[in-house]
Amino acid sequence: MTLTETDRLLLNRLQDGVPASRRPFARLAAETGMSERIIADKVRDWLDSGLLTRFGPMFNADRMGGAFCLCAIAAPEERFDAVADIVNGFAEVAHNYRREHRLNMWFVLATETREAIDRTCRAIEAATGLEVLAFPKEAEYFVGFRVAA
Amino acid sequence: MNGLDVIDRAIVAALQSGLPPEVEPWEAVGRKAGLAADLVLARVDAMIEAGVIRRIAAAPNHYKLGLVANGMSVWDVEDSEVDAIGARVAALDFVSHCYRRPRRLPHWPFNLFAMLHGATRNEVEKKRVIVRSLIGAACGSDDILYSTKILKKTGFRLAG
Repeated sequence: MTLTETDRLLLNRLQDGVPASRRPFARLAAETGMSERIIADKVRDWLDSGLLTRFGPMFNADRMGGAFCLCAIAAPEERFDAVADIVNGFAEVAHNYRREHRLNMWFVLATETREAIDRTCRAIEAATGLEVLAFPKEAEYFVGFRVAA
Repeated sequence: MNGLDVIDRAIVAALQSGLPPEVEPWEAVGRKAGLAADLVLARVDAMIEAGVIRRIAAAPNHYKLGLVANGMSVWDVEDSEVDAIGARVAALDFVSHCYRRPRRLPHWPFNLFAMLHGATRNEVEKKRVIVRSLIGAACGSDDILYSTKILKKTGFRLAG
C-alpha cells in the first residue's frame, strides 16, 4: 500500500483522536486540506485493507465496572492453530498474539465484571485442556506513544 | 466509577464495532441505539469526561505500518522500586504500554512489562539495552517475547 505524505499525517493524527462532534473529521479536513468525505472514505478503505484494525471510541473497561486481564497459554506446537481457534471463539478475548516463548499464546480478556475474568479463564482451560496463566494489571504507567506512519 | 445506565449501554453496544467512517456518523449510531444523535453525542462527551472512553481514534495495524518487530519485554524489578522505575520506562518514546503485573513463580519471575517496537529486532534489542541500563541494579533477570502473529484483535465488546 502506498501512503502519501498527507496520508501519513492523517494516520498519525487519527491515532491522537477526533473530537466527539457532529462532524468529527472537520478539524482534520481543515488541517490537511482534504475534504471530510475523502477522509471518511480513506478511513473506510484503511479498515477494509487492514491497515487500521479499528476506528472509534477506545473504551476503558476498568471504568465501566468491567475488567481486562492479560493471560497466557503454553500451546503445544502441533495443535497451536486448533487452540487459537478455540481461544478466539470466546467473545471475551479482545486480542490474541502469538509470541516466541514456551508461553506462546498471549491474549487479553475484556469482560464486564472481575468474576467473569476468572470464569472465562476456567472455561478456556476446560475447552483447551491447557492451563491459563492470568497476569492482571496491578499498575499502569503513563505512555504517550503513537505509531509513526 | 460505577456501571453505565441503560442509555449508555445502548450507545456502547452501538459503538462496539466502531464509529462508521462517515462525514456525519452519529445519526447512524443514534438509529442503531434507538436514540437521538444529540443525546448520543452528549452521552459520549460525558463518557470521555468520566474516562469510560479514552478517546475516539484509529487503531493501526503496527505490522502494516512497518513496525514488524514487536517485543514484550519483561523485567524482574525490586518491589520497592518498581513503581518509580515503571514510570521512567513508560516515558521512553519507544514504549507503547507499561504495566506492573504479578509474578508467577517459579517459572515467571517478571513483574514489569514494557512493550517495545521497532522496524527490526536489532532495533528492538538496542532499545532493550536502554531499558536495562535505566533499571540498573534493581533488575534481576529479564526476557523478551517477540510477537510473530496477530491471532485476533477486536477490542472490547459487551457480552450478550
